[in-house]
Amino acid sequence: MQKISIIKSTAVPLPEDNVDTDQIIPARFLKATSREGFGDNLFRDWRYNSDGSPKEDFVLNNDKFQGEILVAGKNFGSGSSREHAAWALYDYGFKVVISSFFADIFKSNALNNGLLPVQVSEQFLNKIFKELEKDPGTIITVDLPEQKVSVDSIGLSESFEISDYKKKCLINGFDDIDYILTLKNEIIDFEKQRVKFS
Amino acid sequence: MGKTLFEKVWERHVVHKVSPSTDLLYIDKHLIHEVTSPQAFSGIEKRGLKVFRPENTVATADHNVPTKDQHLPIREALSRKQVEKLSENCKNHGIELYGLGHPYQGIVHVIGPELGITQPGMTIVCGDSHTSTHGAFGSIAFGIGTSEVEQVFATQCLLQKKPKTMRIKVDGELKKGVLSKDIILYIISKISSSGGTGYFVEYAGSAIESLSMEARMTICNMSIEMGARGGMIAPDETTFEYIQGKEFAPKGENFEKAVADWSQLKSDPDAEFDSEYVFDAADIEPMITYGTNPGMGIKLNELVPAESDLNDENARKSLAKSLNYMGLHQGEKLIGKPVNYVFIGSCTNSRIEDLRLVANYVKGKKKADNITALFIPGSKQVELQAKEEGIDKIFSEAGFELREPGCSACLGMNEDKVPEGEYCVSTSNRNFEGRQGPGARTLLASPLTAAATAINGYISVAE
Ligand code: SF4
Repeated sequence: MQKISIIKSTAVPLPEDNVDTDQIIPARFLKATSREGFGDNLFRDWRYNSDGSPKEDFVLNNDKFQGEILVAGKNFGSGSSREHAAWALYDYGFKVVISSFFADIFKSNALNNGLLPVQVSEQFLNKIFKELEKDPGTIITVDLPEQKVSVDSIGLSESFEISDYKKKCLINGFDDIDYILTLKNEIIDFEKQRVKFS
Repeated sequence: MGKTLFEKVWERHVVHKVSPSTDLLYIDKHLIHEVTSPQAFSGIEKRGLKVFRPENTVATADHNVPTKDQHLPIREALSRKQVEKLSENCKNHGIELYGLGHPYQGIVHVIGPELGITQPGMTIVCGDSHTSTHGAFGSIAFGIGTSEVEQVFATQCLLQKKPKTMRIKVDGELKKGVLSKDIILYIISKISSSGGTGYFVEYAGSAIESLSMEARMTICNMSIEMGARGGMIAPDETTFEYIQGKEFAPKGENFEKAVADWSQLKSDPDAEFDSEYVFDAADIEPMITYGTNPGMGIKLNELVPAESDLNDENARKSLAKSLNYMGLHQGEKLIGKPVNYVFIGSCTNSRIEDLRLVANYVKGKKKADNITALFIPGSKQVELQAKEEGIDKIFSEAGFELREPGCSACLGMNEDKVPEGEYCVSTSNRNFEGRQGPGARTLLASPLTAAATAINGYISVAE
């Protein structure tokens, strides 16, 4: 996993609520057996017409908006547990998703792939949307060690939460398995006394 | 203070406390399928590891399989490759596979319970969000992502933040014609598609207790559609009776011992929940969704809401966007609206009781000419049972075809899709944009509503 620390970037706004993982990556693109290449089909049906031509009004087809940060409406990543959604966002080039609310499974999937979900207040989110509308070049800084997200041009900032453990993992590029393997003996001991009937 | 059912089962599985909020949890059963496992297998292989406890793992092929001619090689190359990869991985790692052609094959959340793999008090995970289905037995069951599948492969454990607890009680007697699917669509319409996020739900109350195991599964299945990680129901006589005699259930003296233990698995009277809802069964009627998330549901005889009914600006925006996608209008009546597609299937409603109910309704009737109906049994065992009971004949006389098991048009990964712009009354669990095929418009409902719609050719309430 790639390490994350401070990300300073322009951002792509997607002011929709309830963006589900079927929109992020439709099921028909889940046939691959590797993790790579899903970025091409990120938001496929919002991004392209059925003949493959780009839909002009979708934000990913608007050159004004670029960057490593996606800013989305509340309840982002609801629905299916497909981790392909996190892979697609990451593969496309996003490192951070900012929203006022994330679905649970998406949040863990993102964290397990070095894609940082940053939960901010609805008010703060709306201010970012307004700012991006005014100036697509607005730079957003996401500081993981400080757990702070800021829009310097307007002197706006807010802190965000992340568990200490996950923060350490992201900063160091570690994953859960490395850690759990250090507890192998405890697992084996646990198995000797676990409740089991068949 | 007493403990909730959830806390009791959770505590039994804590291997190590990592922090006050996060535990290392032992996983009793790991169910896997072809779509969310290949990257996890290559992940552990890259680390030079083998699956740590293959005997706790069961595999099937369901998401990406055809529902016709399953005895022939899968025609679509990528799908075939994915299913073959699962066989190869299971073989290399010593995992039991109920793949295509196996008498136990079927949708992962249908086969676990029917084989007695799912039991009270267990922790069960699968790389699929509807793993919550298994909670109907009083187990902690939830969906995970592929990195977590890899974690379970490598360690048989998961690092998990303990969720908050919610209880949803439904008391009283259900009206005639109201099915468990209506109960859960009603609950989600009240709580919203994100109202359960961060919680693990326990369903309780006399209306829930009165339900069969299959009906309980339908409810727990859709817990994720309100954002909850899972849902569970305390095991009782109905549960024990269902499990007894199933292939992998404890037998003889072991079964007695198990029942004695499982009987303890309920929330203490003084247990506290972080959140609680109480509904009156008498308020629930047959439901249908009109929008593009499962929270957008109404009673069949209600009208599609208008923007003026909503006070939140974002909700108004979402409504407008959904109705635009669905081709529906504010204040529109849904009953009587022509529909060309009906899908009866998915891990929500594809069990034998669902098929019996539909067969009972369509017996002696004929489907409307405009209707294309897909009937997909949840498993090979359900399919066989349906044939033994003559349900396949009743279907074919009514003009329907009973296919072979799989997820099918629930997620539109195989060739079973609803065409662009078409309406489909579906017994599945998600009405997201494009879920059943690009541009498809899904209206979620109970099997009875789907059956009545198929017969009439327009959205109907079953008499
Ligand atoms: S039937 Fe649908 S919801 Fe159930 S496991 Fe299959 S794809 Fe998922």
